[in-house]
Amino acid sequence: MSWIVEVLASVLLIAGGIFLFIGSMGMVHLRDFYMRLHGPTKATTLGIGCMLIASTLFFWSQDGKPDIQELLITLFLFITAPVSAHLLSKAGLHMQLNHIDITEGDPVELRDEEVAQKPVPHPDKGHG
Amino acid sequence: MIAPRPWLPTPVLSLLLLFVWLLLVRSTAFGQIVLGAALAIAIPLLTHRFWDARPHIRKPLLLLRFALRVLKDIVIANFEVAYLIANPWRKLRPHFIEYPLMVEDRFTITLLASTISLTPGTVSANLRMDGKSLLIHALDVGDEEALIQHIRQRYEQPLKEIYEC
Amino acid sequence: MLTVALYITLALVIMALLFNLYRLMVGPDLPDRVLALDTMYINAIALIVLLGLWLNTKTYFESALLIAMLGFISTVAVCKYILRGDIIE
Repeated sequence: MSWIVEVLASVLLIAGGIFLFIGSMGMVHLRDFYMRLHGPTKATTLGIGCMLIASTLFFWSQDGKPDIQELLITLFLFITAPVSAHLLSKAGLHMQLNHIDITEGDPVELRDEEVAQKPVPHPDKGHG
Repeated sequence: MIAPRPWLPTPVLSLLLLFVWLLLVRSTAFGQIVLGAALAIAIPLLTHRFWDARPHIRKPLLLLRFALRVLKDIVIANFEVAYLIANPWRKLRPHFIEYPLMVEDRFTITLLASTISLTPGTVSANLRMDGKSLLIHALDVGDEEALIQHIRQRYEQPLKEIYEC
Repeated sequence: MLTVALYITLALVIMALLFNLYRLMVGPDLPDRVLALDTMYINAIALIVLLGLWLNTKTYFESALLIAMLGFISTVAVCKYILRGDIIE
């Protein structure tokens, strides 16, 4: 294996590890749920992307032929990460979790009075 | 572009399915190609009834440029967010922002919301039931208007051009 | 050199998993815990990729893909349950 590929793979691997670490660190020390959501959706996704690219590079240089199947995982994670983040934040808003005081903006969903949008009942079922 | 036919409602998706199948079985033997092609034809035929109608891509080249730009922004934004999270002395200014939507189609809104979640320090938090505005939570924002304008020009405008004109 | 990089990355990923475990245990609300589990899934994929590099085999690729899918589906299911009190309507 040529040393350039080895250096590149090592750098990508460590960069991925650092991104994963920072994403999880954000989850520990940020102070409300909505802020914690940022770490895993962005840093962790990119971290795993870096590591998978490193792995692809490594096996490519070892076998001598490109094998991009590991990019499937990257693609899958990049498609699903925003969806799960969106659903998680919807769940958080639904449970009216507190946000820290310095947060600006006042979304309807978190106000006390009953103006928050409830899920619309399914038209076929006619709730009540 | 291959035109859709009755037995092939979504040509691009079928090609993608065949590609993914070949990647998954890790072989390009003739038998696997035949099996993959059969699956790529059968799966859309069986399932296209319960999908939303997908808008037509009007400008494929622009879509490619948009994808590359988003990829670049993802990398840059990740360094920013990593710096924001890792720096304990930095005072974060979290912010809830109402983003009035210009695009109307559900598929385009999904793309926009995913882009927002992946790129700058923002997560799309809730889509209002009427589909007219998006609630965004941002990690560190000084100027609300500037962010809205940034998203509008950088992401929403190209998406609108690509899919809706 | 790759071996050293593997050691360092392994240490980073394990610390990330410990952070996630902390949030899983103390997380004040249910969504926090779901978020922690979701991140743990992704970190587990990272561990599997590292294992594949360590043992020099591609056999574990499928398990990583399966974990990615299971993680996403279970997160969606729990969120849906919190939102609607029902998974399949």
